[in-house]
Amino acid sequence: MGDLLDRATSALALARELGIDDVALSLERDRTVEVSFRDGSLENLRESTSMGLTATLFQDGRYSSSSTCDLRPDALRAFLGRAAEFTALLAPDPHRGLAEPSLYEGQAEVDLRQVDPGYASLDPGRQLALAGALQGSAADGEHVISATGTAVDAHGERALVTSNGFAGEEEGTAFWIGAQVTVGDGVDRRPAGSWWAATAHHGELPPATEVGQEALERALRQRGSGPAGTLRCPMVVENVVARRLLATLLGPLSGQALQQHRSFLEGKQGQPVASPALTLVDDPLIPAGLASRLFDSEGIAARALPLIEAGILRNYLLDTYYARKLGRKPTTGGPSNLVVTPGDRGLDGLLADADGGMLVTSFLGGNSDPTTGDYSFGVRGHRIEGGALGAPFSEMNITGSLPRLMERLAAVGDDPYPYASQLVPSLLFEDVQFSGL
Amino acid sequence: MTSNDGGYFGQFGVDGALLERVLGRALSRGGDLADLFFQHETSTAIGLEDGEVNRAFGRVELGCGIRVVVGDQTGYAFSEDLAADALLRAADTAAAIADSGAAVAPRGFRALETPDLYPVAREWSQVGADERIPLLTKIDERCRALDPRVRKVTVSFADAERHVMVVTSGGVVAEDSQPMTRMVVGVTAEQDGLRQSNSANVAAREGIGFYDGERLEALARKAVDRTVILFEAVRPPAGELPVVLAAGSSGILLHEAIGHGLEADHNRKRISIFADMIGQKVAEPFVSIVDDGTHPHMRGSINVDDEGNAVEQTVLVDGGVLRGYLHDRISADHYGVPVTGSGRRQSFRYPPLPRMRNTYMLPGPHTRDEIIASVDRGILAESFTNGQVQIGAGDFTFYIKNGWLIEGGKLVRPIKDANIIGNGPDVLRKVTMVADDLELDDSGWTCGKDGQMVPVGLGLPTTLVSSITVGGVNG
Repeated sequence: MGDLLDRATSALALARELGIDDVALSLERDRTVEVSFRDGSLENLRESTSMGLTATLFQDGRYSSSSTCDLRPDALRAFLGRAAEFTALLAPDPHRGLAEPSLYEGQAEVDLRQVDPGYASLDPGRQLALAGALQGSAADGEHVISATGTAVDAHGERALVTSNGFAGEEEGTAFWIGAQVTVGDGVDRRPAGSWWAATAHHGELPPATEVGQEALERALRQRGSGPAGTLRCPMVVENVVARRLLATLLGPLSGQALQQHRSFLEGKQGQPVASPALTLVDDPLIPAGLASRLFDSEGIAARALPLIEAGILRNYLLDTYYARKLGRKPTTGGPSNLVVTPGDRGLDGLLADADGGMLVTSFLGGNSDPTTGDYSFGVRGHRIEGGALGAPFSEMNITGSLPRLMERLAAVGDDPYPYASQLVPSLLFEDVQFSGL
Repeated sequence: MTSNDGGYFGQFGVDGALLERVLGRALSRGGDLADLFFQHETSTAIGLEDGEVNRAFGRVELGCGIRVVVGDQTGYAFSEDLAADALLRAADTAAAIADSGAAVAPRGFRALETPDLYPVAREWSQVGADERIPLLTKIDERCRALDPRVRKVTVSFADAERHVMVVTSGGVVAEDSQPMTRMVVGVTAEQDGLRQSNSANVAAREGIGFYDGERLEALARKAVDRTVILFEAVRPPAGELPVVLAAGSSGILLHEAIGHGLEADHNRKRISIFADMIGQKVAEPFVSIVDDGTHPHMRGSINVDDEGNAVEQTVLVDGGVLRGYLHDRISADHYGVPVTGSGRRQSFRYPPLPRMRNTYMLPGPHTRDEIIASVDRGILAESFTNGQVQIGAGDFTFYIKNGWLIEGGKLVRPIKDANIIGNGPDVLRKVTMVADDLELDDSGWTCGKDGQMVPVGLGLPTTLVSSITVGGVNG
């Protein structure tokens, strides 16, 4: 740290020397080490250290954003020169510009605990041991064809400087462990199960053996699955995959979608867009959160942003450009940690309320239309029998309209998966169309 | 190339002596093979929104990836700095996978002879913004002129010039210059207060000459037609139905249902549903499927793969019988078979994996009219947005954006937004008719695997799948 901000500041001076007056420069450096074990031996060892500079130019309203990893002084000068030359040929746009300096003010005075203080002194053999333990526990059962355990350590730094006065830098660590197991189903299919966990501090990871065993159990539970009949029924979506559904709202909440009339959420601020059970907040200030930050990619001071409160749409995701185009105030263009306020019952409670329905434990493909809200997704999981986990199913689709689906959110669980940047509990929806046999 | 020449990368100070040194260091702890992958790439994108070309995006990538392989084990590191000390450090890191005495590094290199599948009159770096901008404004004008319901048009125009050099411990050097371009048109239309949006795109390993008036007109028309027809479209019924796949981009069926499952890494690990099926009948005798890296100018074509191997047309299914896998060097050595030129990577930051190039089915004995007429109640799938597969279970999906409901052998009503889900081997068996109208898709598909994206191509003749689960709505 420190040297990145210095280098970004020097790049700003160089840009000014070249006649580039309105500019944001961000410099990022990441180091990742990935180790994986497969079937009892080390399979992959991958190490990467990467540094890149992004120059975002606003020359008399002419806008471009370019990045390079070739940071040799002459190459950098040539890169900025070419960017300026190219940008000069574009049409000016009065809405383009750096963020208002007032939005840089008021950064939270909180220790986000983004860096594991022990990162630099971690034992290099630790990752090997972790990957081996993940793989060993994942392989420890009947029907296993192949098991892989992976451990990733990552460290990232970024510095941002703008020609209208912003200068900031941040640093963070992340630790990811995961296991994947393929099992035979006794016929010809080889279902796979996986499980994972990620944290900002290595000491907060769950035990590797728990992650490996969970992956194995998930693979084994899928043996013998196939499609059930076509039906409408209640649907519980398990916490770790529920973010897939909520992610469909982020596109339609964006400034570009609103301004381009590609959003079914256009004109809905202050109105109900989901059942009162849903409260969704973008919270960048969670200590040790995986997507926590003090400022966003424009330098805007980070703060918690309620997107949906008790079903009412409160805020859109607006960067400076689209906010100006829409005549509104910017919030942030890019979300951070997404948090759904938990309810008061666990997964078992939701299952008990959804008898005769389906529990979705994974999504496969599918898409949604941001303009109309029409969606169709592939799913697998378990039938809910007697209010509890029943036989597995696969090869089914759920299809409908996102506005209707969100209205039919009947309950939110108390169980957000803690080892992720999106803290979403299990969700119960009424009356969902499943397609199968 | 001689020992003293760094080829294209000579301008960055790379020469034969350095290559020998770095490979020697990579093999200093042993290893069955090592390779260096140099890449220099400049990419540009410009965008039109609200009638103006008012945004540009650029990216420069420069670096070298170093791989050391011992059996099925891989050590990998890269450097964004091509100076000798940085490359030697990366070589040391990659070498950590091995743990024996030094292996022999090559002295001198021979150049691999490669075809010239995608010549361009001018490289993209020689094409100015002033030449690109009018293409976008033309598309915008045409879209608005084609239908008064069009409210918004966006155009994104991207191009890239990638130079690569692969240097192997076998003493081979292969160089390639790989152009790429893609244009994406998004349209939002409004009718009676309702809005619909959709998009269309074209992509190829081509230069600026690719975008002639006819191509731009066809692209604008496709984007508008696909959007405004959504006002009449309904959701298809839910459940198992016969699905007719229109010629062209329906090749996504092959990519997901069988292509990924035949990538040899999944098979050497025995985690693919196709792992024990080579030589078996998997489809009707009129079903033949290839993965072809040699089609001129096509998005997934390559003159050389990213491990320095010659590229071929690989037969996956021949007359209904499963014939082979897509190999990289690790899997070819594992099985003791020749490589297929399928080792590809997103960039120098990643090790190569067996990947598809352009995957398509050869023409069959039926006609499109015959196929549609044979369906009493089903759907015709015409345009797609995305697909996915679970390699081991064999379940795969693809998402239909536009299509038609078929009743009594006739197209009766447009449909939209349906996910299709099936099981690879099961669906291959259910391919009951294949037409004579193979079409290679000209749109830009990007395939993701293990976090790496690579450009691919697709193709299919009109094909009938007798029954598959359609994500629809009943009642």
